[in-house]
Amino acid sequence: MQFERLNAPHIRSTSSVPRIMLQVLLALVPAAIAHVWFFGPGFLFNLIIATGFCVASEAAMMVARGRPPEDALSDYSAVVTAALIAFALPSLTPWWVTAIASTFGIVVAKHLYGGIGFNVFNPAMAGYVVVLVAFPADMNLWVAPRMGDTDYTMLSLVETLTFTLTGWLPEALTYDAVSRATPLDLMKSGLNQMQTVEEIRALPVMGDFGGRGWEWIGNFLALGGIWLMIKRVIRWQIPLGVLAGVLTPATIAFLIEPGSNPGPGYHLFSGATILCAFFVATDPVSAATSTRGRIVYGVGIGFLIYAIRKWGAYADGAAFGVLLMNMAVPAIDAITRPRIVGHGGISRE
Amino acid sequence: MSAPTLDLGKLHGGMRLEAQKAQSTTQSILELPVPKQLIIPLKQHVGDEAQPVISIGERVLKGQLLAEHYGSLGAPVHASSSGKVVAIEPSPVTRRYGDKAPCIVIETDGEDQAIEAWEDPVDYRELDPSSLMQRILQGGIVGLGGAVFPTAQKLMQATTGEIEMLILNGVECEPYISCDDMLMRESAESIISGARILMHAMSIDRCLLGVESDKPEAIRALEQALAGYDDERVVLKQIPTIYPSGGEDQLIQLVTNREVPTRGLPSDVGCLVQNVGTASAVHDWIVEGQPLLSRITTVSGDGVAKPLNVRARLGTPIADLVEAAGGYTERAQVLIIGGPMTGKSISTDEVPVVKATNCVLVLSEAPNRERELPCIRCGECAEVCPVNLLPQQLYWHACADNEDKMREFGLVDCIECGCCDLVCPSHIPLTYDFRMAKARIRELDDEKARAERARRRFEAREQRLKQEEQERAEELQQQKDRARKTGKAAIAEILKRKRRKDD
Repeated sequence: MQFERLNAPHIRSTSSVPRIMLQVLLALVPAAIAHVWFFGPGFLFNLIIATGFCVASEAAMMVARGRPPEDALSDYSAVVTAALIAFALPSLTPWWVTAIASTFGIVVAKHLYGGIGFNVFNPAMAGYVVVLVAFPADMNLWVAPRMGDTDYTMLSLVETLTFTLTGWLPEALTYDAVSRATPLDLMKSGLNQMQTVEEIRALPVMGDFGGRGWEWIGNFLALGGIWLMIKRVIRWQIPLGVLAGVLTPATIAFLIEPGSNPGPGYHLFSGATILCAFFVATDPVSAATSTRGRIVYGVGIGFLIYAIRKWGAYADGAAFGVLLMNMAVPAIDAITRPRIVGHGGISRE
Repeated sequence: MSAPTLDLGKLHGGMRLEAQKAQSTTQSILELPVPKQLIIPLKQHVGDEAQPVISIGERVLKGQLLAEHYGSLGAPVHASSSGKVVAIEPSPVTRRYGDKAPCIVIETDGEDQAIEAWEDPVDYRELDPSSLMQRILQGGIVGLGGAVFPTAQKLMQATTGEIEMLILNGVECEPYISCDDMLMRESAESIISGARILMHAMSIDRCLLGVESDKPEAIRALEQALAGYDDERVVLKQIPTIYPSGGEDQLIQLVTNREVPTRGLPSDVGCLVQNVGTASAVHDWIVEGQPLLSRITTVSGDGVAKPLNVRARLGTPIADLVEAAGGYTERAQVLIIGGPMTGKSISTDEVPVVKATNCVLVLSEAPNRERELPCIRCGECAEVCPVNLLPQQLYWHACADNEDKMREFGLVDCIECGCCDLVCPSHIPLTYDFRMAKARIRELDDEKARAERARRRFEAREQRLKQEEQERAEELQQQKDRARKTGKAAIAEILKRKRRKDD
């Protein structure tokens, strides 16, 4: 009998890039539902638009690079980028803002660097930061969470869709009427106005630890993240590194001066801390690769999040933290190379 | 040198693989009948091909020397049954993935008639180490774990005095393979006896016997045999069931907590590793007078009907082993010699069992067919690498053909265990790529060595030419000087003669 010759090893695990991406998407589902529940249907429109533009840009760039588009589309990484952009953007975002973030992320941050595996920067965060800098007013348009202030009514599905497609609000409504400053914004401006943390924390949008609604989304994101860790899709080093990087300085500052420093619980459950720890910083392509390197990378992002929140001009620092640490990856990888077995190890003597 | 540290070490990475061994260990080892034809390759070991000492048409007996060992590294081969030598010709062999290599073909006569005892059996304890080693060499014994390094030559390292302990490898960490497990269950005593002989040959008094904890029957049998010998020099060490704990360097690390240095040998950390099968073969030869004529081979995989272990004579066609295992199933697609992680996929079953054939694995699918995607730097490969490499970065440098970086990132330290391949979500054939890169590095090294030799030759030639030229120049100068001196005289002479004529 004749057989074909193949190269060892002759077994393979079930792990695959599309599977990993689908698991990441699945892990985001509970948080997505919570997002819609607390902040209205805008998230869904953002998600659809972001997915459309990410996938279309991915296909277009593959064609432009002379490769079959299905090679890239079949790994679902563009959809993950879209989902992360949707989570980063306010629930009321005009479509062109989402489109610019998505297109920039995929075209410039991903494909101009050589496509998946070669991108230095996290595409979702690169895209988000572009619109964060270019459209600061739009980026403030976070609707108040359900169960927030009682005199507030949420925009309907049609009104949300109209706004998303045209940027027009229903007559008689102004930006100020539909949007609320985010808890992180309130904290920053409140502290600047010499209010104490306690006073700010008494505002209706504040929840038990962070912002109302936000903290629940955080819970569901953490749930998805822990599931990904159990499934070995992500390893513990980056998520725990990010959390340690945020919470350690936050705790120290809180213990020294609780009046002007919100506690670690607040930092954990506000803004993008948990999203960043489990879903953004863990993007393997733009992260450090060795075990020790990932701890350094995670802690660096965490500390930058805290530093930007505390001393920076922006209310949150996750996207900047990730992009800054992306730049440091080659150095981290070079410094944290593990010792190869047999190289200066335990010897007989 | 301080007292030997013998704590259990820990391996970096590694993988818990599905064992797939139960299906082949339900029945005891099946003795295969003498096949009609034996195809005995001249090279079944690391080193030089053995040199035939019989001629075509000659009748040979079981145990008779067919080809003697040649060169500084080699092993003899023997006839595994009686019959007539019908050819010495190239035939497909596993070593070359089904391509041909020189073999001795014997038409068996079914009588299985053995030669008289090779020499009068002696108590090995009365032999001095070097004559014991010499005798082991004549038994055709090589490492039966798969590496087939001639055992006697390996033992000779002990003469340098660097070896402190013998480590017997009963780990067998690859899925499916259970031949050593079955040997340990059924012939534990011969293994311990072999260990004692090997220790005597090396004049050492320490032996660690490493066995994976998932082989309780084997461990029980070994404990019993050890109790029977009451030899305190041999210590059984159970190690965790993690692939690739059976790799030579990995086993040393596990049982002694010592690391074999890069580009080094186990002897650098005072160890010498032998497979349990080799120890048993040493016992069979030294005590029972039976040279290495057969070996235990696992026949398994979902491509055969009834997986089992057989004892087959060296030279038996693989096809006979498959038949003993109930033949191929309809799903049989890939034929592998060895385990699924490092085994060789070969093209035909018309190849003989050789000393290295520990497993014949028939699998139903060719799993490494998925499309290769770009590396996403997930780092899973680094998590599982037993030598703590960064395969993902190594791959990057291999793709860029960056020789210096490949060396820097430890390409030569890669043991090609296949773990990184197995976890790669992008299905990059890392092991294959590293194997190719290693070959390229070797080539570059050879080229450098050649270039260096050529440079030296060139320089020597230049030097020689220069010297010759100088010598020639000096010679010329001398001639000129001579000519000048003699020339003047000559001219004077001619003029004188002319004048005389004129006169």
